Amino acid sequence: MPKITLIEFNGTNHTIDADVGKSLMLNAIDNGVPGIDADCGGACACGTCHVFLNEDWLEAAGVANSLEDAMLCMRPDREEVSRLSCQIEITESMDGMTVRMPEYQM
Amino acid sequence: MSQSAAQPDPLNAALQDIDFSDPRMFQRNNWHGYFARLRDESPVHYQAESPFGPFWSVTRFADIVAVDSNFEDFSSEPTIVIGDLDDDMPLEQFIAMDPPKHDVQRKAVQSAVAPQNLAQMEALIRSRVADILDQLPVGETFDWVEKVSINLTTQMLATLFDFPFEERSKLTYWSDMATAAPEVSGGDADPEERQAALMDCLATFTRLWHERKGTERSSLDLISLLQKDPNTEDIVDKPMEYLGNLILLIVGGNDTTRNSATGGVLALNQNPGEYDKLRADQSLIPSMVSEIIRWQTPLAHMRRRATRDLELNGQQIKEGDKVVMWYMSGNRDERSIDNPNDFIIDRNNPRHHIAFGFGIHRCMGNRLAEMQLRILWEEIMQRFSHVEVIEEPRRVLSNFVNGYEELKVRVHPV
Repeated sequence: MPKITLIEFNGTNHTIDADVGKSLMLNAIDNGVPGIDADCGGACACGTCHVFLNEDWLEAAGVANSLEDAMLCMRPDREEVSRLSCQIEITESMDGMTVRMPEYQM
Repeated sequence: MSQSAAQPDPLNAALQDIDFSDPRMFQRNNWHGYFARLRDESPVHYQAESPFGPFWSVTRFADIVAVDSNFEDFSSEPTIVIGDLDDDMPLEQFIAMDPPKHDVQRKAVQSAVAPQNLAQMEALIRSRVADILDQLPVGETFDWVEKVSINLTTQMLATLFDFPFEERSKLTYWSDMATAAPEVSGGDADPEERQAALMDCLATFTRLWHERKGTERSSLDLISLLQKDPNTEDIVDKPMEYLGNLILLIVGGNDTTRNSATGGVLALNQNPGEYDKLRADQSLIPSMVSEIIRWQTPLAHMRRRATRDLELNGQQIKEGDKVVMWYMSGNRDERSIDNPNDFIIDRNNPRHHIAFGFGIHRCMGNRLAEMQLRILWEEIMQRFSHVEVIEEPRRVLSNFVNGYEELKVRVHPV
């Protein structure tokens, strides 16, 4: 199980043993990590599971498709490294990945 | 099919004899049976004739999410309600635009309602809510819609626009006029009065724009935000676009929260066991707020237009067809929500509802709405053990705004 660390806006770290094949969003929710709302349940339709990737992990996480990009466009706090965590499927190669969570979800 | 005819029997009428755009279904609050039948028997349903022309009804949660998040196949132009645009008043608003223009205009105002700004407003909202509740006539029967719901949302709107506080009731009036056109939503506004109201709205906000130009103001003020953004700094020169977006922001912040602020009182009275749960544990308020919004679904629908021939849940939709997503039906879909007809304030996963819509047009003010309702209920519970509903509410005649004209209540102090 790859270890992934999610960092809250206030700096609190949460390191989880993630299930491969499940999304980063579901892994965070299933482990009780605060800061991910995921109102739509993983349909790439609400934008409330926004995270910032560490640049070293951008390639492993893949590229946002046009719908995800459109949803991210609605975020005032979007960065180059922004992704929706429901669209990132966990693989073994993500062991050690860190992601930051935004100040708020909306 | 005429809306002057009696309503058909929801259980036994043939589906093709039912007009799913009939605003009386919402005024009489008997839409549940009709739309339950659509979800079961014809979830993507074509109605060939209606006062608003032919349209498709999409009624299941999953199908609504599919349509709402597919802005390429389902356009929001030229308008997002079942009725067509008013030729005399062709409002342009970003909710009824597709990317890229939509994104540019929405971004200009989105930060006003971002949670970091909302946090700064919480104390002000709380003090205004407290004032409203402290002035309620204990021991008398009064209208909750007027004294609380309208008062609360109007004050909030005045704050967001930095609108002259003593004239704030105009905001509510313009909002009501904008949504109540017969051809737009089946409402009963007089066309001349509506046009005059909207022109007064435009003139007032044009004056505010020029007064405000060049002055330093709070970032929360929506007019100043439009002025500061290079993409919208000249919007005042395009009156229908300026007016359209003002109306969008006014209606968006008005009808919605107003009717959830009323609906919550009604839902708790209809479900006394849930009211007891709330009295015993006020930490349930945030989850109750999401449940109230789901249960009320203050905007009943949004409409789209197919940009190509396509198939949706087995039905062939043609390019140009009008597609209506019935949000209040999606929020009662047992395929996606457990016991959807029950009001459960400690429901699992209460945020998983469709009242804010999904996709790029998802409600921009959703966090503001939740905050207002949370503060309202926190302050109500400080003061009143029971907001008692005295008689059945009077509801709005509209297939778009699922709301209340009047709810008579009495308040019982803690």
